[in-house]
Amino acid sequence: MLHGYALGAVMATFLGINLFGLFGQLLVGLINGSFYALLALGLAIIFGLLKIINFSQGALYMLGAFTAWMALEYLQINYWWALFLVPLTVGAFGILLERFLIRPIANEDHLYSLLLTFGVALILQGLFTDWFGSSGLPYAIPEELKGGTKLPFMYLPNYRAWIIIFSLTVCAATWFMIEKTKLGAYLRAGTENPQLMQAFGINVPLIVTLTYGFGVGLAGLAGVLAAPVYSVSPEMGSNILIVVFAIVVIGGMGSIGGAILTGLAMGIIEGLTKYFYPEASNTVIFLVMVLVLLVKPSGMFGKEA
Amino acid sequence: MNSIMNTQSTREKIRISDLHAFYGESHILHGIDLSIKQGELVTLLGRNGSGRSTTLRAIMNMVGKRTGSININGHETIDMSSHRIAHLGIGFCPEERGIFSSLNVEENLMLPPNVRSDGMSVEEIYEMFPNLAERRKSQGTRLSGGEQQMLAMARILRTGANILLLDEITEGLAPVIVQKLAEVLTKLKHRGLTILLVEQNFRFAAPIADRHYVMEHGHIAEEVHAHELAAKTELLNTYLGV
Repeated sequence: MLHGYALGAVMATFLGINLFGLFGQLLVGLINGSFYALLALGLAIIFGLLKIINFSQGALYMLGAFTAWMALEYLQINYWWALFLVPLTVGAFGILLERFLIRPIANEDHLYSLLLTFGVALILQGLFTDWFGSSGLPYAIPEELKGGTKLPFMYLPNYRAWIIIFSLTVCAATWFMIEKTKLGAYLRAGTENPQLMQAFGINVPLIVTLTYGFGVGLAGLAGVLAAPVYSVSPEMGSNILIVVFAIVVIGGMGSIGGAILTGLAMGIIEGLTKYFYPEASNTVIFLVMVLVLLVKPSGMFGKEA
Repeated sequence: MNSIMNTQSTREKIRISDLHAFYGESHILHGIDLSIKQGELVTLLGRNGSGRSTTLRAIMNMVGKRTGSININGHETIDMSSHRIAHLGIGFCPEERGIFSSLNVEENLMLPPNVRSDGMSVEEIYEMFPNLAERRKSQGTRLSGGEQQMLAMARILRTGANILLLDEITEGLAPVIVQKLAEVLTKLKHRGLTILLVEQNFRFAAPIADRHYVMEHGHIAEEVHAHELAAKTELLNTYLGV
Protein backbone atom coordinates (compact mmCIF):
# COMPACT_ATOMS: atom_id res chain seq x y z
CA MET A 1 0.00 0.00 0.00
CA LEU A 2 2.69 2.42 1.09
CA HIS A 3 4.91 1.18 -1.70
CA GLY A 4 2.22 1.71 -4.25
CA TYR A 5 1.58 5.17 -2.99
CA ALA A 6 5.28 6.07 -3.16
CA LEU A 7 5.48 4.77 -6.70
CA GLY A 8 2.42 6.76 -7.55
CA ALA A 9 3.99 9.88 -6.11
CA VAL A 10 7.16 9.35 -8.14
CA MET A 11 5.24 8.75 -11.32
CA ALA A 12 2.75 11.48 -10.55
CA THR A 13 5.21 14.02 -11.94
CA PHE A 14 6.68 13.12 -15.28
CA LEU A 15 8.76 15.65 -17.22
CA GLY A 16 7.40 18.30 -14.91
CA ILE A 17 3.83 17.41 -15.68
CA ASN A 18 1.53 16.77 -12.78
CA LEU A 19 -0.17 13.61 -13.96
CA PHE A 20 -2.92 13.79 -11.35
CA GLY A 21 -3.87 17.22 -12.58
CA LEU A 22 -3.55 16.24 -16.21
CA PHE A 23 -5.69 13.12 -15.94
CA GLY A 24 -8.18 15.00 -13.82
CA GLN A 25 -8.61 17.59 -16.55
CA LEU A 26 -8.74 14.88 -19.20
CA LEU A 27 -11.60 13.26 -17.32
CA VAL A 28 -13.45 16.55 -17.04
CA GLY A 29 -12.80 17.02 -20.75
CA LEU A 30 -14.16 13.59 -21.60
CA ILE A 31 -17.31 14.22 -19.59
CA ASN A 32 -17.89 17.61 -21.16
CA GLY A 33 -17.13 15.97 -24.48
CA SER A 34 -19.80 13.33 -23.84
CA PHE A 35 -22.40 16.06 -23.36
CA TYR A 36 -21.12 17.96 -26.38
CA ALA A 37 -21.38 14.78 -28.45
CA LEU A 38 -24.96 14.04 -27.36
CA LEU A 39 -26.15 17.59 -27.95
CA ALA A 40 -24.25 18.03 -31.22
CA LEU A 41 -25.61 14.69 -32.45
CA GLY A 42 -29.19 15.86 -31.87
CA LEU A 43 -28.47 19.15 -33.61
CA ALA A 44 -26.84 17.38 -36.56
CA ILE A 45 -29.77 15.00 -37.02
CA ILE A 46 -32.26 17.84 -36.92
CA PHE A 47 -30.21 20.01 -39.24
CA GLY A 48 -29.80 17.15 -41.70
CA LEU A 49 -33.49 16.57 -42.27
CA LEU A 50 -35.17 19.85 -41.35
CA LYS A 51 -32.33 22.15 -42.46
CA ILE A 52 -33.00 24.27 -39.41
CA ILE A 53 -30.56 25.23 -36.73
CA ASN A 54 -32.37 24.27 -33.57
CA PHE A 55 -31.58 27.05 -31.15
CA SER A 56 -33.84 25.49 -28.54
CA GLN A 57 -31.56 22.43 -28.18
CA GLY A 58 -29.87 23.94 -25.11
CA ALA A 59 -33.17 24.90 -23.52
CA LEU A 60 -34.52 21.39 -24.10
CA TYR A 61 -31.40 20.00 -22.42
CA MET A 62 -32.21 22.28 -19.50
CA LEU A 63 -35.84 21.13 -19.68
CA GLY A 64 -34.60 17.53 -19.46
CA ALA A 65 -32.61 18.28 -16.31
CA PHE A 66 -35.52 20.15 -14.70
CA THR A 67 -38.01 17.46 -15.67
CA ALA A 68 -35.78 14.88 -13.97
CA TRP A 69 -35.53 17.14 -10.92
CA MET A 70 -39.29 17.76 -10.77
CA ALA A 71 -40.05 14.08 -11.34
CA LEU A 72 -37.90 13.17 -8.34
CA GLU A 73 -39.08 16.03 -6.16
CA TYR A 74 -42.82 15.90 -6.84
CA LEU A 75 -43.49 12.39 -8.10
CA GLN A 76 -40.70 10.37 -6.48
CA ILE A 77 -39.67 9.08 -9.91
CA ASN A 78 -36.07 7.99 -9.46
CA TYR A 79 -33.07 8.61 -11.70
CA TRP A 80 -33.33 5.36 -13.63
CA TRP A 81 -36.97 5.91 -14.55
CA ALA A 82 -36.14 9.52 -15.39
CA LEU A 83 -33.42 8.34 -17.74
CA PHE A 84 -36.13 6.47 -19.63
CA LEU A 85 -39.14 8.78 -19.24
CA VAL A 86 -37.61 12.24 -19.54
CA PRO A 87 -36.26 11.82 -23.10
CA LEU A 88 -39.73 10.61 -24.08
CA THR A 89 -41.35 13.62 -22.43
CA VAL A 90 -38.93 16.11 -23.95
CA GLY A 91 -39.24 14.29 -27.29
CA ALA A 92 -43.04 14.57 -27.12
CA PHE A 93 -42.69 18.26 -26.32
CA GLY A 94 -40.44 18.56 -29.38
CA ILE A 95 -43.00 16.78 -31.54
CA LEU A 96 -45.66 19.30 -30.53
CA LEU A 97 -43.18 22.11 -31.17
CA GLU A 98 -42.41 20.80 -34.66
CA ARG A 99 -45.98 20.03 -35.55
CA PHE A 100 -47.59 23.29 -34.41
CA LEU A 101 -44.85 25.93 -34.55
CA ILE A 102 -42.05 24.87 -36.88
CA ARG A 103 -44.03 23.15 -39.62
CA PRO A 104 -46.31 26.12 -40.42
CA ILE A 105 -43.23 28.14 -41.34
CA ALA A 106 -41.22 25.28 -42.83
CA ASN A 107 -41.51 26.69 -46.35
CA GLU A 108 -40.32 30.14 -45.34
CA ASP A 109 -36.69 31.15 -45.13
CA HIS A 110 -34.91 28.98 -42.53
CA LEU A 111 -34.01 32.15 -40.67
CA TYR A 112 -37.60 32.22 -39.40
CA SER A 113 -37.45 28.78 -37.83
CA LEU A 114 -34.05 29.59 -36.36
CA LEU A 115 -35.52 32.68 -34.72
CA LEU A 116 -38.57 30.71 -33.65
CA THR A 117 -36.51 28.06 -31.88
CA PHE A 118 -34.42 30.84 -30.32
CA GLY A 119 -37.63 32.43 -29.04
CA VAL A 120 -38.80 29.12 -27.61
CA ALA A 121 -35.44 28.79 -25.83
CA LEU A 122 -35.78 32.25 -24.29
CA ILE A 123 -39.34 31.54 -23.15
CA LEU A 124 -38.37 28.22 -21.54
CA GLN A 125 -35.38 29.76 -19.85
CA GLY A 126 -37.49 32.68 -18.62
CA LEU A 127 -40.22 30.42 -17.28
CA PHE A 128 -37.82 28.22 -15.34
CA THR A 129 -35.97 31.24 -13.95
CA ASP A 130 -39.31 32.60 -12.78
CA TRP A 131 -40.34 29.31 -11.19
CA PHE A 132 -37.10 28.11 -9.67
CA GLY A 133 -34.76 31.10 -9.59
CA SER A 134 -31.38 31.13 -11.25
CA SER A 135 -29.22 29.76 -8.45
CA GLY A 136 -29.42 26.10 -9.44
CA LEU A 137 -30.92 23.07 -7.73
CA PRO A 138 -29.09 19.97 -6.50
CA TYR A 139 -29.88 16.50 -7.84
CA ALA A 140 -28.39 13.57 -5.94
CA ILE A 141 -26.28 10.95 -7.64
CA PRO A 142 -28.26 7.70 -7.65
CA GLU A 143 -27.30 5.32 -4.83
CA GLU A 144 -26.02 2.65 -7.25
CA LEU A 145 -23.46 5.01 -8.80
CA LYS A 146 -22.03 6.63 -5.69
CA GLY A 147 -18.40 6.10 -4.81
CA GLY A 148 -15.59 5.64 -7.22
CA THR A 149 -12.54 3.70 -8.33
CA LYS A 150 -8.94 4.57 -7.61
CA LEU A 151 -6.88 4.36 -10.78
CA PRO A 152 -3.06 4.80 -10.90
CA PHE A 153 -3.18 8.51 -11.68
CA MET A 154 -6.60 9.55 -10.63
CA TYR A 155 -9.73 8.89 -8.70
CA LEU A 156 -12.59 8.02 -11.08
CA PRO A 157 -16.03 8.67 -9.59
CA ASN A 158 -18.45 5.97 -10.71
CA TYR A 159 -21.09 8.42 -11.88
CA ARG A 160 -18.60 10.15 -14.17
CA ALA A 161 -17.55 6.85 -15.67
CA TRP A 162 -21.23 6.09 -16.19
CA ILE A 163 -21.78 9.38 -18.06
CA ILE A 164 -18.98 8.57 -20.46
CA ILE A 165 -19.99 4.96 -21.06
CA PHE A 166 -23.70 5.62 -21.32
CA SER A 167 -23.52 8.65 -23.60
CA LEU A 168 -21.00 6.98 -25.89
CA THR A 169 -23.25 3.93 -26.10
CA VAL A 170 -26.22 6.12 -27.02
CA CYS A 171 -24.13 7.94 -29.62
CA ALA A 172 -22.85 4.69 -31.11
CA ALA A 173 -26.34 3.17 -31.21
CA THR A 174 -27.72 6.28 -32.89
CA TRP A 175 -24.90 6.26 -35.41
CA PHE A 176 -25.58 2.59 -36.15
CA MET A 177 -29.29 3.19 -36.55
CA ILE A 178 -28.73 6.02 -38.98
CA GLU A 179 -25.91 4.53 -41.02
CA LYS A 180 -26.81 0.85 -41.08
CA THR A 181 -30.57 0.36 -40.89
CA LYS A 182 -33.51 0.84 -43.22
CA LEU A 183 -34.96 3.54 -40.98
CA GLY A 184 -31.61 5.29 -41.16
CA ALA A 185 -31.64 4.98 -44.95
CA TYR A 186 -34.93 6.91 -44.94
CA LEU A 187 -33.28 9.57 -42.84
CA ARG A 188 -30.20 9.79 -45.03
CA ALA A 189 -32.24 9.84 -48.23
CA GLY A 190 -34.63 12.39 -46.74
CA THR A 191 -31.67 14.59 -45.91
CA GLU A 192 -30.66 14.53 -49.58
CA ASN A 193 -33.97 14.72 -51.44
CA PRO A 194 -37.11 14.73 -49.30
CA GLN A 195 -39.37 15.52 -52.24
CA LEU A 196 -38.35 12.42 -54.17
CA MET A 197 -38.64 10.30 -51.02
CA GLN A 198 -42.20 11.42 -50.70
CA ALA A 199 -42.88 10.68 -54.36
CA PHE A 200 -41.75 7.13 -53.60
CA GLY A 201 -44.58 6.83 -51.10
CA ILE A 202 -42.76 7.63 -47.87
CA ASN A 203 -44.56 9.88 -45.41
CA VAL A 204 -41.80 12.46 -45.12
CA PRO A 205 -43.66 14.95 -42.89
CA LEU A 206 -44.12 12.17 -40.34
CA ILE A 207 -40.43 11.27 -40.51
CA VAL A 208 -39.53 14.93 -40.05
CA THR A 209 -41.69 15.17 -36.94
CA LEU A 210 -40.28 11.98 -35.43
CA THR A 211 -36.73 13.03 -36.27
CA TYR A 212 -37.18 16.34 -34.52
CA GLY A 213 -38.66 14.49 -31.56
CA PHE A 214 -35.71 12.12 -31.48
CA GLY A 215 -33.14 14.91 -31.83
CA VAL A 216 -34.56 16.89 -28.92
CA GLY A 217 -35.13 13.66 -26.98
CA LEU A 218 -31.33 13.27 -27.05
CA ALA A 219 -31.06 16.74 -25.51
CA GLY A 220 -33.52 15.69 -22.81
CA LEU A 221 -31.44 12.58 -22.15
CA ALA A 222 -28.29 14.68 -21.84
CA GLY A 223 -30.17 16.85 -19.36
CA VAL A 224 -30.95 13.87 -17.10
CA LEU A 225 -27.34 12.70 -17.28
CA ALA A 226 -26.14 16.19 -16.42
CA ALA A 227 -28.48 16.79 -13.48
CA PRO A 228 -26.30 15.03 -10.86
CA VAL A 229 -22.99 16.58 -11.99
CA TYR A 230 -23.87 20.12 -13.00
CA SER A 231 -26.40 21.98 -10.94
CA VAL A 232 -29.86 22.11 -12.47
CA SER A 233 -30.24 25.74 -13.49
CA PRO A 234 -32.12 27.69 -16.15
CA GLU A 235 -28.89 28.91 -17.73
CA MET A 236 -27.26 25.49 -18.10
CA GLY A 237 -28.55 25.17 -21.66
CA SER A 238 -27.58 28.55 -23.03
CA ASN A 239 -24.08 28.22 -21.59
CA ILE A 240 -23.35 24.94 -23.33
CA LEU A 241 -25.23 25.65 -26.56
CA ILE A 242 -22.77 28.15 -28.01
CA VAL A 243 -19.94 25.63 -27.61
CA VAL A 244 -22.10 22.90 -29.16
CA PHE A 245 -22.81 25.10 -32.17
CA ALA A 246 -19.09 25.61 -32.63
CA ILE A 247 -18.67 21.83 -32.49
CA VAL A 248 -21.33 21.22 -35.12
CA VAL A 249 -19.61 23.76 -37.36
CA ILE A 250 -16.19 22.15 -36.78
CA GLY A 251 -17.56 18.65 -37.43
CA GLY A 252 -19.50 19.72 -40.51
CA MET A 253 -23.17 20.64 -40.49
CA GLY A 254 -25.38 17.56 -40.58
CA SER A 255 -22.57 14.99 -40.31
CA ILE A 256 -23.64 12.39 -37.74
CA GLY A 257 -20.29 10.73 -37.10
CA GLY A 258 -18.60 14.12 -37.33
CA ALA A 259 -20.76 15.57 -34.56
CA ILE A 260 -19.98 12.68 -32.20
CA LEU A 261 -16.22 12.57 -32.81
CA THR A 262 -15.83 16.34 -32.78
CA GLY A 263 -17.87 16.61 -29.57
CA LEU A 264 -15.55 14.21 -27.79
CA ALA A 265 -12.39 15.65 -29.31
CA MET A 266 -13.31 19.21 -28.36
CA GLY A 267 -14.09 18.14 -24.80
CA ILE A 268 -10.63 16.61 -24.56
CA ILE A 269 -8.91 19.58 -26.19
CA GLU A 270 -10.71 21.87 -23.78
CA GLY A 271 -9.58 19.68 -20.86
CA LEU A 272 -5.95 19.69 -22.04
CA THR A 273 -6.02 23.44 -22.49
CA LYS A 274 -7.38 23.83 -18.96
CA TYR A 275 -4.31 22.02 -17.73
CA PHE A 276 -1.60 23.56 -19.91
CA TYR A 277 -2.94 27.06 -20.43
CA PRO A 278 -6.11 27.58 -18.38
CA GLU A 279 -6.57 31.17 -19.61
CA ALA A 280 -7.44 29.87 -23.08
CA SER A 281 -9.74 27.02 -22.05
CA ASN A 282 -12.92 28.98 -22.76
CA THR A 283 -11.80 30.12 -26.17
CA VAL A 284 -9.84 27.16 -27.55
CA ILE A 285 -12.87 25.56 -29.25
CA PHE A 286 -13.67 28.79 -31.05
CA LEU A 287 -10.06 29.06 -32.10
CA VAL A 288 -10.31 25.57 -33.58
CA MET A 289 -13.53 26.60 -35.28
CA VAL A 290 -11.87 29.60 -36.91
CA LEU A 291 -8.97 27.46 -38.11
CA VAL A 292 -11.23 24.74 -39.49
CA LEU A 293 -13.42 27.28 -41.27
CA LEU A 294 -10.35 28.87 -42.83
CA VAL A 295 -8.99 25.55 -44.10
CA LYS A 296 -12.16 23.56 -44.79
CA PRO A 297 -15.32 25.69 -44.68
CA SER A 298 -17.62 22.67 -44.83
CA GLY A 299 -16.18 21.32 -41.57
CA MET A 300 -13.91 18.36 -40.86
CA PHE A 301 -16.47 15.71 -41.81
CA GLY A 302 -18.81 17.81 -43.94
CA LYS A 303 -19.31 17.31 -47.63
CA GLU A 304 -18.07 20.07 -49.90
CA ALA A 305 -21.04 22.10 -51.06
CA MET B 1 -68.26 -2.84 -56.57
CA ASN B 2 -64.91 -4.50 -56.99
CA SER B 3 -65.62 -5.60 -60.53
CA ILE B 4 -66.62 -2.07 -61.48
CA MET B 5 -63.33 -0.79 -60.15
CA ASN B 6 -61.48 -3.48 -62.03
CA THR B 7 -63.07 -2.86 -65.40
CA GLN B 8 -62.37 0.80 -64.96
CA SER B 9 -58.76 0.17 -64.07
CA THR B 10 -58.23 -2.15 -67.02
CA ARG B 11 -59.27 0.62 -69.35
CA GLU B 12 -58.01 3.92 -68.15
CA LYS B 13 -55.05 4.25 -65.80
CA ILE B 14 -54.56 8.00 -65.93
CA ARG B 15 -57.07 10.67 -66.89
CA ILE B 16 -56.02 14.29 -66.59
CA SER B 17 -58.48 17.12 -67.20
CA ASP B 18 -57.80 20.83 -67.26
CA LEU B 19 -54.59 20.54 -65.26
CA HIS B 20 -52.91 23.78 -64.32
CA ALA B 21 -49.63 23.79 -62.42
CA PHE B 22 -47.64 26.55 -60.81
CA TYR B 23 -44.16 27.01 -59.35
CA GLY B 24 -44.49 29.99 -57.05
CA GLU B 25 -45.82 32.79 -59.24
CA SER B 26 -45.05 31.09 -62.55
CA HIS B 27 -47.95 29.41 -64.27
CA ILE B 28 -46.38 26.45 -66.10
CA LEU B 29 -49.21 24.18 -67.27
CA HIS B 30 -52.26 25.80 -68.86
CA GLY B 31 -55.02 23.22 -68.90
CA ILE B 32 -53.65 19.80 -69.85
CA ASP B 33 -56.04 17.03 -70.92
CA LEU B 34 -54.76 13.54 -71.55
CA SER B 35 -55.60 9.96 -70.86
CA ILE B 36 -53.61 6.74 -70.84
CA LYS B 37 -54.99 3.22 -70.94
CA GLN B 38 -53.57 0.19 -69.24
CA GLY B 39 -50.60 -1.28 -71.07
CA GLU B 40 -50.06 1.78 -73.20
CA LEU B 41 -46.70 3.44 -73.67
CA VAL B 42 -47.27 7.13 -74.28
CA THR B 43 -44.69 9.84 -74.73
CA LEU B 44 -44.70 13.54 -74.04
CA LEU B 45 -42.69 15.23 -76.74
CA GLY B 46 -41.77 18.86 -77.04
CA ARG B 47 -39.00 21.34 -76.69
CA ASN B 48 -37.28 22.18 -73.43
CA GLY B 49 -39.53 24.29 -71.28
CA SER B 50 -42.76 23.13 -72.94
CA GLY B 51 -43.98 21.65 -69.64
CA ARG B 52 -43.34 17.91 -70.11
CA SER B 53 -41.38 17.32 -66.91
CA THR B 54 -43.75 19.58 -65.04
CA THR B 55 -46.64 17.38 -66.19
CA LEU B 56 -44.99 14.34 -64.59
CA ARG B 57 -44.15 16.27 -61.45
CA ALA B 58 -47.70 17.63 -61.31
CA ILE B 59 -49.06 14.06 -61.44
CA MET B 60 -46.88 13.29 -58.40
CA ASN B 61 -47.92 16.54 -56.70
CA MET B 62 -44.33 17.76 -56.70
CA VAL B 63 -45.18 21.24 -57.98
CA GLY B 64 -46.00 24.33 -55.96
CA LYS B 65 -49.71 24.28 -56.72
CA ARG B 66 -51.98 22.40 -59.11
CA THR B 67 -55.65 22.63 -60.07
CA GLY B 68 -57.95 20.58 -62.28
CA SER B 69 -58.39 16.84 -62.09
CA ILE B 70 -55.94 13.94 -62.09
CA ASN B 71 -57.61 10.58 -61.90
CA ILE B 72 -55.36 7.57 -61.29
CA ASN B 73 -56.78 4.06 -61.29
CA GLY B 74 -60.20 5.57 -60.63
CA HIS B 75 -59.04 7.75 -57.72
CA GLU B 76 -59.15 11.53 -57.85
CA THR B 77 -55.72 12.66 -56.61
CA ILE B 78 -55.75 16.44 -56.96
CA ASP B 79 -55.98 16.88 -53.17
CA MET B 80 -53.77 13.91 -52.27
CA SER B 81 -50.28 14.35 -50.88
CA SER B 82 -47.36 12.98 -52.84
CA HIS B 83 -46.74 9.86 -50.75
CA ARG B 84 -50.38 8.74 -50.97
CA ILE B 85 -50.34 9.11 -54.76
CA ALA B 86 -47.35 6.77 -55.02
CA HIS B 87 -49.32 4.09 -53.24
CA LEU B 88 -51.86 4.03 -56.08
CA GLY B 89 -49.18 2.09 -57.94
CA ILE B 90 -47.06 4.83 -59.48
CA GLY B 91 -43.32 4.73 -59.92
CA PHE B 92 -41.58 8.00 -60.72
CA CYS B 93 -38.14 8.29 -62.26
CA PRO B 94 -36.98 11.91 -62.17
CA GLU B 95 -34.90 13.55 -64.86
CA GLU B 96 -31.86 13.89 -62.61
CA ARG B 97 -32.34 10.19 -61.71
CA GLY B 98 -32.35 10.93 -58.01
CA ILE B 99 -29.83 8.34 -56.91
CA PHE B 100 -29.01 8.97 -53.25
CA SER B 101 -25.29 9.46 -52.70
CA SER B 102 -25.46 8.59 -49.00
CA LEU B 103 -26.94 5.17 -49.85
CA ASN B 104 -25.25 2.26 -51.57
CA VAL B 105 -26.74 0.54 -54.62
CA GLU B 106 -28.64 -2.02 -52.60
CA GLU B 107 -29.99 0.58 -50.16
CA ASN B 108 -31.08 2.73 -53.10
CA LEU B 109 -32.82 -0.27 -54.61
CA MET B 110 -34.59 -1.20 -51.39
CA LEU B 111 -35.49 2.36 -50.34
CA PRO B 112 -38.91 2.93 -51.95
CA PRO B 113 -41.65 1.07 -50.09
CA ASN B 114 -43.76 -1.43 -52.01
CA VAL B 115 -46.77 0.24 -53.53
CA ARG B 116 -48.35 -2.98 -54.81
CA SER B 117 -47.81 -6.59 -53.93
CA ASP B 118 -46.54 -8.05 -57.20
CA GLY B 119 -43.31 -6.15 -57.78
CA MET B 120 -40.24 -7.73 -59.32
CA SER B 121 -38.11 -9.65 -56.89
CA VAL B 122 -34.54 -8.55 -56.24
CA GLU B 123 -33.36 -11.66 -58.15
CA GLU B 124 -35.41 -10.71 -61.22
CA ILE B 125 -34.08 -7.16 -61.01
CA TYR B 126 -30.46 -8.31 -60.84
CA GLU B 127 -31.15 -10.64 -63.75
CA MET B 128 -32.50 -7.74 -65.80
CA PHE B 129 -29.66 -5.42 -64.70
CA PRO B 130 -26.62 -7.62 -63.96
CA ASN B 131 -24.33 -4.60 -63.45
CA LEU B 132 -26.29 -3.59 -60.37
CA ALA B 133 -25.76 -6.99 -58.78
CA GLU B 134 -22.01 -6.68 -59.22
CA ARG B 135 -21.93 -3.23 -57.68
CA ARG B 136 -24.52 -3.67 -54.97
CA LYS B 137 -22.21 -2.36 -52.23
CA SER B 138 -20.96 0.66 -54.17
CA GLN B 139 -22.05 4.14 -53.28
CA GLY B 140 -25.06 4.98 -55.47
CA THR B 141 -23.54 7.97 -57.19
CA ARG B 142 -20.26 6.15 -57.96
CA LEU B 143 -22.05 4.24 -60.72
CA SER B 144 -21.75 5.31 -64.34
CA GLY B 145 -24.58 7.37 -65.79
CA GLY B 146 -26.03 4.30 -67.50
CA GLU B 147 -25.87 2.21 -64.33
CA GLN B 148 -27.49 4.99 -62.33
CA GLN B 149 -30.32 5.07 -64.84
CA MET B 150 -30.72 1.30 -64.55
CA LEU B 151 -30.83 1.68 -60.78
CA ALA B 152 -33.42 4.46 -60.99
CA MET B 153 -35.57 2.17 -63.14
CA ALA B 154 -34.92 -0.93 -61.09
CA ARG B 155 -35.95 0.60 -57.80
CA ILE B 156 -39.41 1.56 -59.04
CA LEU B 157 -39.93 -1.85 -60.65
CA ARG B 158 -39.17 -3.49 -57.32
CA THR B 159 -42.04 -1.62 -55.65
CA GLY B 160 -44.66 -3.21 -57.87
CA ALA B 161 -45.60 0.10 -59.48
CA ASN B 162 -47.61 -0.61 -62.63
CA ILE B 163 -47.78 2.96 -63.85
CA LEU B 164 -44.36 4.37 -64.63
CA LEU B 165 -43.61 8.06 -65.08
CA LEU B 166 -40.20 8.27 -66.72
CA ASP B 167 -38.45 11.58 -67.30
CA GLU B 168 -35.74 11.73 -69.97
CA ILE B 169 -34.30 8.34 -69.16
CA THR B 170 -31.99 8.23 -72.20
CA GLU B 171 -30.49 11.67 -71.69
CA GLY B 172 -26.71 11.65 -71.99
CA LEU B 173 -26.40 7.87 -72.29
CA ALA B 174 -24.38 5.81 -74.78
CA PRO B 175 -26.31 4.24 -77.69
CA VAL B 176 -25.78 0.72 -76.38
CA ILE B 177 -27.43 1.65 -73.09
CA VAL B 178 -30.26 3.46 -74.85
CA GLN B 179 -30.80 0.23 -76.79
CA LYS B 180 -30.90 -1.72 -73.52
CA LEU B 181 -33.48 0.68 -72.09
CA ALA B 182 -35.65 0.27 -75.18
CA GLU B 183 -35.58 -3.51 -74.62
CA VAL B 184 -36.49 -3.06 -70.96
CA LEU B 185 -39.41 -0.78 -71.78
CA THR B 186 -40.71 -3.19 -74.40
CA LYS B 187 -40.50 -6.02 -71.88
CA LEU B 188 -42.39 -3.97 -69.30
CA LYS B 189 -45.06 -3.07 -71.83
CA HIS B 190 -45.56 -6.76 -72.56
CA ARG B 191 -46.04 -7.32 -68.86
CA GLY B 192 -48.95 -4.89 -69.02
CA LEU B 193 -47.32 -1.90 -67.35
CA THR B 194 -48.56 1.54 -68.27
CA ILE B 195 -45.80 3.98 -69.13
CA LEU B 196 -45.76 7.75 -69.57
CA LEU B 197 -42.42 8.77 -71.00
CA VAL B 198 -40.97 12.24 -71.36
CA GLU B 199 -38.44 11.93 -74.13
CA GLN B 200 -36.17 14.12 -76.19
CA ASN B 201 -34.78 11.26 -78.24
CA PHE B 202 -37.53 10.73 -80.77
CA ARG B 203 -35.67 7.87 -82.49
CA PHE B 204 -35.72 6.01 -79.18
CA ALA B 205 -39.39 6.70 -78.52
CA ALA B 206 -40.93 6.27 -81.96
CA PRO B 207 -40.57 2.49 -82.37
CA ILE B 208 -41.77 1.57 -78.89
CA ALA B 209 -44.57 4.09 -78.19
CA ASP B 210 -48.27 3.67 -78.95
CA ARG B 211 -49.08 7.36 -78.88
CA HIS B 212 -47.38 10.72 -78.57
CA TYR B 213 -48.58 13.96 -77.07
CA VAL B 214 -46.75 16.99 -78.35
CA MET B 215 -46.51 19.81 -75.82
CA GLU B 216 -45.93 23.48 -76.39
CA HIS B 217 -46.09 26.40 -73.91
CA GLY B 218 -47.80 24.29 -71.26
CA HIS B 219 -50.51 22.96 -73.60
CA ILE B 220 -51.03 19.72 -75.43
CA ALA B 221 -50.59 20.90 -79.02
CA GLU B 222 -51.07 17.63 -80.85
CA GLU B 223 -51.83 13.97 -80.31
CA VAL B 224 -50.18 11.54 -82.72
CA HIS B 225 -50.86 7.80 -82.87
CA ALA B 226 -48.03 5.48 -83.80
CA HIS B 227 -49.64 4.63 -87.14
CA GLU B 228 -49.86 8.33 -88.06
CA LEU B 229 -46.19 8.99 -87.54
CA ALA B 230 -45.22 8.73 -91.19
CA ALA B 231 -47.99 11.08 -92.28
CA LYS B 232 -47.26 13.62 -89.56
CA THR B 233 -43.47 13.74 -89.70
CA GLU B 234 -43.51 17.24 -91.15
CA LEU B 235 -45.75 18.51 -88.35
CA LEU B 236 -43.65 16.87 -85.64
CA ASN B 237 -40.51 18.40 -87.06
CA THR B 238 -42.03 21.85 -86.78
CA TYR B 239 -43.02 21.30 -83.16
CA LEU B 240 -39.83 19.65 -82.07
CA GLY B 241 -37.56 21.87 -84.10
CA VAL B 242 -35.39 19.07 -85.40
